[in-house]
Amino acid sequence: MYKLLLCLRYLRTRYIALASIISVMLGVATMIVVNAVMSGFATEMENRIHGILSDVVLETRSLSGELDDQRHKEAILEVAGDAVEAMTTTVVVPAMLSFRYGENWINRQVQLIGIDENTVCGVSDFAKYLQHPENRRQPSFFLHERGYDVRDPLGGPDAPLRPQMASAGWEHRRRMARLQALEQRWKQAEGGHPGQGTALAGAAPHEPVPHDPFAQHRPEEAQFDPARQQHPGAILGLILATYRTPGSAEDHFLLLPGDDVTVTFPNAPQGDPPKIISRNFTVVDFYQCKMSEYDSSFVFVPMRTLQELRGMIDPASGLARFNSIQIKLKPGQDGEKVRDRLRAAFDPRFYVIQTWRDKQGPLLAAVQMETAILNVLLFLIIAVSGFGILAIFFMIVVEKTRDIGILKSLGASAWGVMGIFLGYGLSLGVVGSGVGMVLGLHVAWHINDVADWLGRLTGKPVFDPSVYYFYRIPAQVNPATVAWIVLGAVGIAVLASVLPALRAAMLRPVESLRYE
Amino acid sequence: MAAAVVAEDPVRAISAAIELEAVGLKKTFRKGSVDIPVLKGATLAVGQGEFLAIVGQSGSGKSTLLHLLGTLDAPDEGEIRLRGRRIDNLPANQRDALRNRHFGMIFQFYHLLPELTTLENVLVPLMIGRSVWHYLRHRRRYQRRARELLELVGLAARLKHKPRELSGGEMQRAAIARALVAGPQILLADEPTGNLDQHTGKEILEILAALNRHQKLTIVMVTHDPGIAARADRVVRLADGRLDCP
Repeated sequence: MYKLLLCLRYLRTRYIALASIISVMLGVATMIVVNAVMSGFATEMENRIHGILSDVVLETRSLSGELDDQRHKEAILEVAGDAVEAMTTTVVVPAMLSFRYGENWINRQVQLIGIDENTVCGVSDFAKYLQHPENRRQPSFFLHERGYDVRDPLGGPDAPLRPQMASAGWEHRRRMARLQALEQRWKQAEGGHPGQGTALAGAAPHEPVPHDPFAQHRPEEAQFDPARQQHPGAILGLILATYRTPGSAEDHFLLLPGDDVTVTFPNAPQGDPPKIISRNFTVVDFYQCKMSEYDSSFVFVPMRTLQELRGMIDPASGLARFNSIQIKLKPGQDGEKVRDRLRAAFDPRFYVIQTWRDKQGPLLAAVQMETAILNVLLFLIIAVSGFGILAIFFMIVVEKTRDIGILKSLGASAWGVMGIFLGYGLSLGVVGSGVGMVLGLHVAWHINDVADWLGRLTGKPVFDPSVYYFYRIPAQVNPATVAWIVLGAVGIAVLASVLPALRAAMLRPVESLRYE
Repeated sequence: MAAAVVAEDPVRAISAAIELEAVGLKKTFRKGSVDIPVLKGATLAVGQGEFLAIVGQSGSGKSTLLHLLGTLDAPDEGEIRLRGRRIDNLPANQRDALRNRHFGMIFQFYHLLPELTTLENVLVPLMIGRSVWHYLRHRRRYQRRARELLELVGLAARLKHKPRELSGGEMQRAAIARALVAGPQILLADEPTGNLDQHTGKEILEILAALNRHQKLTIVMVTHDPGIAARADRVVRLADGRLDCP
């Protein structure tokens, strides 16, 4: 009882011990916040990657693909049918995206992906990342009249608006077609016939353009009316069509749904070297999963169209070649086991089989490594505060030598005296890590307010949304981690008080009582 | 009467009623490389209910003797017996219990715990001697007992004061109450008036004498002042590491 009483009294009257409480508190709070933010990042990233990729992916080693996805799907079901929930086929090929912006042509390197819009939603979150509400329900490669989201559907309340998207769709396409027609006539008026300088004013709007050489050689192209027709649809990664200025999360659009782009890619011949194919597509929507690696390289087009363009359909049998099959597993299935079963069944010379974790392994491993190293460093902070407790306790023991002698003369045992100081260390640890926990949790839950406040204070945003594709800092508090941190801090505080407590226990009462 | 008997053969004569005895105590302190013998064979017997004063010059080893009697320190040679049982070689936990239950100690410098109130200081021996549960169950009874003792020594109005708010005399009264709270048979007093003015010192002595008279408390008091020692039933002198009875 006297141990308890004295612990509490010492806690209340020894202000020097506050220093060690504060250092424990800060260490614990920092660790909780850092862990919350790191695990928030990791979870957010894993969710996204997992949502973009399916659980297990079977890919062909050759860009030209393998024949007949149906046969492969049956083989997969045979090997792991109990674990598979859904599958979809894709065709993947590196490509070049070109479009005109003002007077310039912009070329970008992309990953051209042919998808089956009817089955793709069964295996991944593809639809979730589109910008038109109807496409999010059921993706389609047809341009919508209007209704594209002005507000970033994943951005939360802080995301800047995208006013340009309000005019996207057929409306935009018709306007661009009018502009283009006007422009074309201008060019003819300038360059074509010096004798007909006034032709422009007199030319009727629907008059066919007589001097256009293409009009005669490719009649089907001439009949294409961009105001009423669209090319095959393409869904572009949002970053491909936008740019940002530093320090801002606002997207400036170079392209809108309704514009045409040209995609250049190799065909998939059997036996010959690949040839280059160019084809126009109409942008029908944007894809934004907030992983910039994907948003800046994916272009989705209808799979059948891509297979036809690349010559992947066998003229004799009508069977198509494919590049990959994405597999979604039933809930609770272990992706790695399924992967290993599939690996055993498919010839590794022609097929690569990976889980989504394998595909993004280095990235996830890097985040994990960072978390681990940060934890070690931050725990060292708490260890340092442990040494602070050690030093302060030695001082207090020296200061309290007389009291220790008194207690012993009143019959307190050496263990009892030791208990006072161990208990004191324990209560310092508990108070310090308790306050630290409250502080840390509070900061973790309001991390964005804190970041905003710090930003205002320093005049420099702490969290630059143009760098990350999150508008807010994701923080995720893991109760088990918090418990470990608090336990560790309390443990360190107790450990640090062991030596001073032992010293107090070893004191001989007589020496301390003799003199004032 | 008792003094005359003791003078003949201090150990044997009152052995029937002996409370505490010391036989041939030797204690040497080492200061650097020099050995300083403090006690060179001190022998002493304290009868039950006796008020004994030990006088000696400062540095003569009075306090050391008292600490040895109270098992705060161990003698190099010799024995200490409580009612005939040797206690100086008991294991630590039994000596702790003895100090807690059988001895009450008061010191020249009072030695109250500065963080605790007067009442809490008095309660400390009870807290030490009892488990937390036992103490909490009987808390009210113990607090009543501590209050009674504080009333007895005239400190009823100072229960909630910290030691630094008390005068020297008040602190010594609190120390006496603390020494008595666990119901000891023997009170060991180390210069209890050494730091007090004459008047206050006298009051403290009155309290001790009254305790001896009414509660039959055995008291061993150490002092350098023969005038104060005169209040005791019997006075022994400590000189040159030995006790001689005048």
